[in-house]
Amino acid sequence: MRKGIDVFMTLLLYTAALSSCLVLFVILGFIFTKGVGQVSPAFILGFPRGLNAEGGIFPTIVASFYATAVAMTVVTPIGIGAAIYLSEYATGGRIVRLIRFGADTLASVPSIVFGLFGLALFVNFLHLGWSMLSGGLTLAVMALPIIMRTAEEAILAVPRSYREASFALGATKWQTIRRAVIPAAAPRILTGIILGTGRAFGETAVVLFTAGVSINLPVLLTDPGRTMTSHLYILATEGISLPTAYGTALLLIAIVLAFNYLARKLATKVR
Amino acid sequence: MSARILRKVFLFCALTAVVSVVLIFIFVAVKGAPIFATAGFTRLFFSMNWDPLKGNFGMLPFIVGSFIVTLGALVLGAPLAIGTAIFLSEIAHDRIKRFIRPSVELLAGIPSVIYGFFGIILLVPLSRMLFGGSGFGLATAWIVLAIMILPTIAAISEDAISAVPPVYRMGSLALGATRWQTIKRVVIPTAMPGIVNAVVLGMGRAIGETMAVLMVLGNAPSVPKSVASPASTLTSAIALDMSYASGVHQTALFAMGLILLAVSMVLITVVRVWSGRVGR
Repeated sequence: MRKGIDVFMTLLLYTAALSSCLVLFVILGFIFTKGVGQVSPAFILGFPRGLNAEGGIFPTIVASFYATAVAMTVVTPIGIGAAIYLSEYATGGRIVRLIRFGADTLASVPSIVFGLFGLALFVNFLHLGWSMLSGGLTLAVMALPIIMRTAEEAILAVPRSYREASFALGATKWQTIRRAVIPAAAPRILTGIILGTGRAFGETAVVLFTAGVSINLPVLLTDPGRTMTSHLYILATEGISLPTAYGTALLLIAIVLAFNYLARKLATKVR
Repeated sequence: MSARILRKVFLFCALTAVVSVVLIFIFVAVKGAPIFATAGFTRLFFSMNWDPLKGNFGMLPFIVGSFIVTLGALVLGAPLAIGTAIFLSEIAHDRIKRFIRPSVELLAGIPSVIYGFFGIILLVPLSRMLFGGSGFGLATAWIVLAIMILPTIAAISEDAISAVPPVYRMGSLALGATRWQTIKRVVIPTAMPGIVNAVVLGMGRAIGETMAVLMVLGNAPSVPKSVASPASTLTSAIALDMSYASGVHQTALFAMGLILLAVSMVLITVVRVWSGRVGR
């Protein structure tokens, strides 16, 4: 009897784990088989035609990379700076608790609230309008806790002996950080940046209200643009063109998973 | 550069996180709070009447919607996630582990708009077939959200379960308990605080999720009567109406954002207090 229950529960747990896994393959398999016929050089590099449904999705790809690049350019130095403060300078106490509370809270804010915030602050209050800059800056705020946390963990993982050796050679604190600590932590910091890039690239609710939805090729920072995620949302819900939606979904998932894969590869290399 | 200035620069970077939170609060509150003064709490929180064109901003349908959608996702997703975590930590051999763990982690990396799209093309027709109706409704949203919170709950639960010292298991096994008895009586109770933590974080993710819910829930501002009924949540209502709302209507949406912000603050505080107590 006891043995029977044990076998039964083991099988049940097996089933749970396998179905968790299966879900991934159903999602990927379905979107791949439906989308693969749609993706072609003309689809990737072409402009939309007709009711924005036929033809290519080039402007949306550019908009996605543009907004993400703005976000990462802004957030990377700030996030690493914050991590350096927390790991190398801070001595605990109230201010560190406050900073950690801020980062934790930021990490838990729903993406739609970031969207509202970006709309209120960047688009309206600062008059940046729907633009790559507004979208990028809002994404930067969203990605900040991710970069901070991963960079701090990376810096804390650098052995104390590196710092001691550097100090023993007469280096100042900043020289030690710049020449010994940061280079040693760099691969892990980079992993965090790539993960953050993937998050920002796949985000929809934030860019929908800050970067705009007009399909045009964004060139200036002040240009609006529809990202791939917004494009997929609009295509899917308005039912304009399912084939284009499948193609967009496949490209989007491929790019985001490529970022994840890159981060994972880098992380295992370090270990 | 002098060391003092550098220190200030890094401190300034770190304080950006705090400043951002404060700015988010200020900007969402300034735009949303006025409605509490004009409409009053009862007419907002305890009214089912959401009709922006007539000036009725009863938010109860969305609050109830968020609650039901989240609860259903947890009921479906949490057991699956915790089961997966137990399997990975207690049963799986290395080779299976190396296959399942990255797969579950990858689920966390898929953008929410993809989940919504997947819901529309596969789960909506399925729900229509099984439960009738349009297919856009509670059942579909539950399944989509259950999948989305799975990696969060599984990863954090697995950490908690793996942290149970091996001697506990050995002791139980030495007393003649089977593996399942050991899991049920020793491992899970010991890891419970961590598992609860995981479920609370999954709950936060479910409440805050926007795009996927917006795409499959059907977006009707009413309390759903069956598993096939459409509904609306705080997040989906904001996202849907924001594109055209103006005036008091927009104020109402920012007020709903404020509610979401408050809920996520409460959850994160619960997790902090809880894990702080467990950690020591």
